[in-house]
Amino acid sequence: MKILRIFTILLTGLAALPAAAEPLRIVIDEGVNEPLPVAVPRFVAETPGAEDIARQLAEIVAADLAGSGLFRDIPEDAFISQITSFDSPIQFSDWKAINAQALVTGAVSVGSGGRVNVKFRLFDVFSEAALGDGLQMGGTTTSIRRIAHKLADQVYSRITGETGYFDSRVVFVAEEGPKNARRKRLAVMDYDGANVSYLTDSAAIVLAPRFSPLGDKVLYTSYETGFPKIFVMDVGTVQRRVLDDQPGTMAFAPRFAPDGKTVVFSLSQGGNTDLYRLNIDSGRSARLTTSPSIETAPDFSPDGKQVVFESDRSGSQQLYIMPAGGGEARRISFGKGRYGTPVWSPRGDLIAFTKQNKGRFHIGVMRVDGSEERLLTASFLDEGPTWSPNGRVIMFTRETSGAQGSSSLYSVDISGRNLRRVSTPAAGSDPAWSPLLP
Amino acid sequence: MTLSITKAVLLCSALALSACSNANKFGAGDDNVANLNGGAGAADAASDSTTAAYFQQTVGDRILFQVDQSTLDSSGQALLTEQALWLNQNAGFNAIIEGHADEQGTREYNLALGARRANAVQEYLVSQGVAGARLRTITYGKERPIEICSEESCYTQNRRAVTVLQAGLGS
Repeated sequence: MKILRIFTILLTGLAALPAAAEPLRIVIDEGVNEPLPVAVPRFVAETPGAEDIARQLAEIVAADLAGSGLFRDIPEDAFISQITSFDSPIQFSDWKAINAQALVTGAVSVGSGGRVNVKFRLFDVFSEAALGDGLQMGGTTTSIRRIAHKLADQVYSRITGETGYFDSRVVFVAEEGPKNARRKRLAVMDYDGANVSYLTDSAAIVLAPRFSPLGDKVLYTSYETGFPKIFVMDVGTVQRRVLDDQPGTMAFAPRFAPDGKTVVFSLSQGGNTDLYRLNIDSGRSARLTTSPSIETAPDFSPDGKQVVFESDRSGSQQLYIMPAGGGEARRISFGKGRYGTPVWSPRGDLIAFTKQNKGRFHIGVMRVDGSEERLLTASFLDEGPTWSPNGRVIMFTRETSGAQGSSSLYSVDISGRNLRRVSTPAAGSDPAWSPLLP
Repeated sequence: MTLSITKAVLLCSALALSACSNANKFGAGDDNVANLNGGAGAADAASDSTTAAYFQQTVGDRILFQVDQSTLDSSGQALLTEQALWLNQNAGFNAIIEGHADEQGTREYNLALGARRANAVQEYLVSQGVAGARLRTITYGKERPIEICSEESCYTQNRRAVTVLQAGLGS
């Protein structure tokens, strides 16, 4: 991504402190009822003028952790101690007294040319010990948010044992205007809604973008040529080109394979919509399905060997899995209602989907064999789930009803807890999450 | 190119607002074109049976569909028979058939459903003698509802295929 070309975050270890015998742990699989109380005091400003950055870093780390629903951020006015020096001994009794179970400490110095150096430690308060090694990160004043997200990912992974998801981006469709004249633009933002930038103007309808596996390209559907066609765009340069512009056809629902070169998409011709695959370098394409029914909304398994998609070949929208090169498909959805927009978890274990039943829309998950279906949300219109890079959180579009109805991005964790609206500058739809940034 | 743009503007100026914005959808997205509508001119044009306004207002430019269906009912077939008759008599016009869906469906499925609806209209018009080369289809899925409430009274108007005239090469 563009930002990566500007700076590099350097991680280096700090001197190790004694580790806890029984580390602090959140086991996500068991369901978290009580968020773990964490204190993130403002970082120590080690150079004059670094105070603002020191405060921002702590606030972003705390917001990431609390936003996951797994942690509760203890407010600063409850603190008994302050951290005034990064290397001074921690007064654990002061943090125990306010029931902080984890303590994040940090320090920041700003050098010439906006170079920033950030130090970080995580403590298990009740064991009075460090949780993992200290870390040092270098960046610039423009990369403060990313450094903070990386620190929050460290806290998340050290306490849950799983990879984090905070240092990631989301590509989505920014929306303006009334329902019957809506203007849509492609946009990218940090996962938390910060740093929004726009990739297209609103001259043509744009729909359903998807990141490449490296996050450097975006596939999307646009009406730029007058008809729905699939485009690929370089996120850094915003250069774009149409893929597979066959006259008399319409193309949409493009998705990258894990190889970053193969694209699976829907092509409509003569009223029939089937799945095709295309090599974006050679331009060579092959048809994957040949039935007279609608086949769309494909998504690759993480190993690239299978494609999950929706089809109404049975008479209503249902989910199917087939080999990535085409071939016999097996149906995996059998509940009441209609199932669409399947997306394969990056962990490979679950398929998230949109379900329509009795006039309501749901985001749900099921195992890859279709078992253990669970609905996570319900509303007038929820659709289009996308997975966080660690497969623990789902972001989706929620649209409200009526003449004033508008779309927003929401996230929910895969247990169905922690439903929250993602803050965007205006209305938004069709989110797609990037991989964790390098 | 200049010629076709001029024709599009002239065509638009003779049309009612809704048709104008329809025609505009596959243009450059310039909303200002809609402002060229002539008030009195529209009524005059609509009484001339060779105009796009007549086609839109008197023949009827849209077919409605049942939920999740692309089948033409008998009234839809009757209207399309009239459309075909008009198109056969007015060879100067081509048409783009827009397929639309109501908001009660997922985005990409609705694109495919709109494609089916537009195709059903195209096939019927061709069966009535309209040259296939004069017709193109486009799906808007649920992206361009004409009515904006979230009730069946609006949904029924949004599940539609609209035959939008374009000045063809022969005119």
